[in-house]
Amino acid sequence: MTTPSTTTAAGTATDANTDTTSGRRTSSRPTPAAAIELSGVTRTYGKVVAVDNIDLSIEQGEVVAFLGPNGAGKTSTIDMMLGLAPPDQGEVTLLGMRPRAAIERGLVSAVMQSGGLLKDLSVRETVTYMASLFANTQAVDDVLRGAGIAEIADRKVGKCSGGEQQRLRFALALLPDPAVLLLDEPTTGMDVEGRRSFWSAIREDAERGRTVVFATHYLEEADQYADRIVLISHGRLVADGSGAEIKSLASGRTIRATLPGAEGYDLQRLPGVDSVEVRGDTVLVHSRASDDVARHLLSATPARDLEITAQGLEEAFLSLTGDARSTDNDANEMETIR
Amino acid sequence: MSTMTTFDPSTRSVPRFGAVSPTLFGIELRRMLRNRRTIIFALVFPGAMFFAIGSSSSYATERVGVGNVAAYIMASMALYGAALTAASGGASVAIERAQGWSRQLRLTPLSPVAYIVVKASVALVLGAVAVTVVNVCGVIQGKPDMPVAAWIGCALLAVVCTLVFAALGVFVGYLVPGENAMQILGPGLAVLAFLGNVFIPITEGSTMWWVASFTPMFGVAEISRWPLTHQLDWYSVVNAIVWLAIFLGGAAWRMSKDTGRV
Repeated sequence: MTTPSTTTAAGTATDANTDTTSGRRTSSRPTPAAAIELSGVTRTYGKVVAVDNIDLSIEQGEVVAFLGPNGAGKTSTIDMMLGLAPPDQGEVTLLGMRPRAAIERGLVSAVMQSGGLLKDLSVRETVTYMASLFANTQAVDDVLRGAGIAEIADRKVGKCSGGEQQRLRFALALLPDPAVLLLDEPTTGMDVEGRRSFWSAIREDAERGRTVVFATHYLEEADQYADRIVLISHGRLVADGSGAEIKSLASGRTIRATLPGAEGYDLQRLPGVDSVEVRGDTVLVHSRASDDVARHLLSATPARDLEITAQGLEEAFLSLTGDARSTDNDANEMETIR
Repeated sequence: MSTMTTFDPSTRSVPRFGAVSPTLFGIELRRMLRNRRTIIFALVFPGAMFFAIGSSSSYATERVGVGNVAAYIMASMALYGAALTAASGGASVAIERAQGWSRQLRLTPLSPVAYIVVKASVALVLGAVAVTVVNVCGVIQGKPDMPVAAWIGCALLAVVCTLVFAALGVFVGYLVPGENAMQILGPGLAVLAFLGNVFIPITEGSTMWWVASFTPMFGVAEISRWPLTHQLDWYSVVNAIVWLAIFLGGAAWRMSKDTGRV
């Protein structure tokens, strides 16, 4: 009688142990820390607000496109993720730590469009130099081979073509096996084939858990290669969703008509209307259901001289931000001020 | 762990010593030695300065400390030549900046202070070349006279003291664009050398001397001649240490801010 009970007790104890162990395992790695977390991040350069109160959380393994016109604040946001420019307000964390701490552990890398290489070093010297700076890196020869630059390893960087230099930049970025890879306009200057092989390599990495964030101003590129598109305009996050969702936002049209006293018709109420702008006797309606708006204008109001134009991405950004202030000057300034 | 879908940050560590390693130092040294212009400058300029100034003195054989005036001038010229050479070596960071290298380095664990120390140390190697050249010129000329121990002591101290100007060069390299760095350092170091008692002795106790005693070459000049003169004041040592700290700190501060895209 005593023996079975002892056994049971022992059995229970073992079960409890197992539970504790597995419990500890799950609690030490709960849901993994977000790859990138921005909360209330703001950055100004003089009077220009480059990044305006952005909240954003990116999970590990996501491929996210930062889509926006030049000067929208994409580059400033990436600089803050890299700890190169501290936010004036708000907080940036990568895998639950400060950007600098993540960089010191080789957890985040970035690829620049240009520069960042010493012309007087050879390709191999450059990789060796960078490899010496990280605690954990892959072997230099493996990296050279993986990036397809083994045969030009002894060439001076200054003598390499633009494409070869770009491959070297990617090799350097992948050297510490980063958890987060930030790319600023990564395929600028690549041909179609180069672009395709580049993205298939990036997708493969993402499947192994690497988070990739890339800035672009091409909707097609964002749509084709990202799981998620974050739309940025005037430093603000104006939309966040899948490619299809963003495309539908950008696929609206502008209906222009002469309609004296347009304010009186409450056009904002019509289905699919994003914004209504009145300029004297002219009214401009941005809508995703342009046919319905046109039908309504012609049948229910005295509108005439009606024109319908497809909305460009630039206009889509404006309609999404809901203000019509001219952005071009601000945008250019932001690019040069940095 | 077989299918790794998330990264575990706890498996990663931060490199020791701010990521400075023999590999880094070796590549930086090789880059410096591959630069023919810098090397020729280090080999020719200090020796030419020594012959231009050192041999014209009519007091060459007068006694100073344990040696003569020619030895005093040789020690001073070694320091000046090394300072200028090392500063120009340090200022080459301006060329790296123009290529966007400092931004690239800011994306690695390398600490700015560690990097500045490496750059200054590499520039110090150039300074050592300059000191050697001036001393060899002194031997060939035959006028300088001091005990061998004092001779070696002066040369070694000159090399160590050159670190201040190597750091100054790096600092200036971060402050101004490449082509302007030497335009500032050349005349600037000449003025500092005058104030530092390197060319002509300033009357001790005068207002000029009092002002000069706060300038960056004053302290190191006295230190590097100490084996010859056996004269070393506490404020000279303080002067040297404070200026070294200012130049190293200033350079590290500028590097950490230098994140611009190119």
